[in-house]
Amino acid sequence: MGEVTLGQYYPTNSILHKLDPRVKFVGTLTYIISLFLIRGVAGWIFVTAVLAGLMFLSRVPFPYLIKSMRPILFILVITVIFNLLLTPGTIVWKFWIFQITKEGIRVAIQMALRLSYLVMGSSLMTLTTTPNALTDAMERLFAFLKVVKVPVHEISMMMSIALRFIPILMEEADKIKKAQMARGADFESGSFIRRMKAMIPLLVPLFVSAFRRANDLAMAMEARCYHGGDNRTQMKPLRYKGRDYVAYLLMAVMLTASILFRIFGKSAI
Amino acid sequence: MGIIRASKLGFDYIKYHDDSEDPEKINAIKGVDFDVEKGQFIAVLGHNGSGKSTLAKHINALLVPTRGTMYVDGVNTSEEEELWKVRQKAGMVFQNPDNQIIGTVVEEDVGFGPENLGVETEDIWHRVDDALAKVGMLGFRDRSPNRLSGGQKQRVAIASVVAMHPECIVLDEPTAMLDPNGRREVLECVRELNQKEGITVILITHYMEEVVFADNVIVMDRGQIVMRGTPRAIFSRVDELKHYGLAVPQVTELACELKQSGVDLPDGILTIDELVEALC
Repeated sequence: MGEVTLGQYYPTNSILHKLDPRVKFVGTLTYIISLFLIRGVAGWIFVTAVLAGLMFLSRVPFPYLIKSMRPILFILVITVIFNLLLTPGTIVWKFWIFQITKEGIRVAIQMALRLSYLVMGSSLMTLTTTPNALTDAMERLFAFLKVVKVPVHEISMMMSIALRFIPILMEEADKIKKAQMARGADFESGSFIRRMKAMIPLLVPLFVSAFRRANDLAMAMEARCYHGGDNRTQMKPLRYKGRDYVAYLLMAVMLTASILFRIFGKSAI
Repeated sequence: MGIIRASKLGFDYIKYHDDSEDPEKINAIKGVDFDVEKGQFIAVLGHNGSGKSTLAKHINALLVPTRGTMYVDGVNTSEEEELWKVRQKAGMVFQNPDNQIIGTVVEEDVGFGPENLGVETEDIWHRVDDALAKVGMLGFRDRSPNRLSGGQKQRVAIASVVAMHPECIVLDEPTAMLDPNGRREVLECVRELNQKEGITVILITHYMEEVVFADNVIVMDRGQIVMRGTPRAIFSRVDELKHYGLAVPQVTELACELKQSGVDLPDGILTIDELVEALC
């Protein structure tokens, strides 16, 4: 098994990749809020332009962005159908108990756009940021939660260790699977329940080994003086650069624009 | 006074049985005395369950003695306030290379120790560069550890310890999971650190070939030190070593057999070259 792609990071050297991960995290949140604020055709054109601009800046090939839509396709279709059929209003088309209304079409289009823009926008963040950088960003952004005794540093340490061990454990699962197959285990045939049961001889050794690894790692960390986040310095501290402040400014502009679209936009769509 | 000093060291642990029998008290090590001078290369030999790993964990204060005392560079490891000081002075490298690398990138892993010590950012980078250079892994600094060979991973683990500027490094069977090439790589790296940097090395192993270069060898069995001396002196006692479940290097064994059948040979031959020299 080769290198496992985690998240969906796509390395290019674009300006979006170079931005501070905190900026990208806050930016994504702002973008999502804007998505739910805007109203009217002009608003939608504005958001589309923003998304298209960011996609262009990221230099991530378009098919990659479209691919991120696949997992939500099912939800998307369901949402559209329900909105289409269950919104009351002026009836356009009627058959048996089904009816499609003018308002229904509007709401359905809006929901479809919102959902797909939301997913595309946030995958733009995961495509341009390594999982580790994101973990760092979250540790810093949520640092204020330490006041209410949330172990922010510990949670982020756990996340980054998990990221390191996912490929190792996957490799191990593969090895155990092959070993069990060599002993005659059958993972492929039979009903769903039978196949689930067949996973037990794979999962038990995997869990045992994961616990052993966790124990070893904890000892290795202690041996290297790890004692939580206090009095700890950072090798790669996050520091804002000029472009990051510009990005924050642009975000503020986007948010203001969305609020204006909300107030003045026609509620047509 | 030596850098590591153990006197009458003892450690017990309680073993619980699965089938609810009474828990059993096991003496992992008992009455161990030893003294290591700064800059020495010490090898600790012993088969499984001889207590050598338990002893190693005492040097790093991962375990604290039940009886007796352990001093590392003049600091008593039983004193809890001194814990981090002890762990900085005595670094530890473990057996499984995968389970001791914390960073997702090589350089980040090497930086982990200094980060914990609260070293300034700029200084961390110096230490990381320096440590990676010392183990010859500078070219791999931005690789993922998952992509390295076993020997390379173990060298990264050593660099991670070196970056903490320790006085001594304890290696607990660092080569047990490596292939012969990786084993050679790691041992060369350790020897170099010992000779060039003057770092005290304590190598725990059950491979006899690895202790040939040590200044002193300690053999453990059932929690006690049963033999100690230079590799040459130890290896001349082939029968005794076999009694403790240790296999001597092939050359040494051959020389010993030859000697028993009447060939005139000196004691404790360690390398093929020496045997050739003695025979021809």
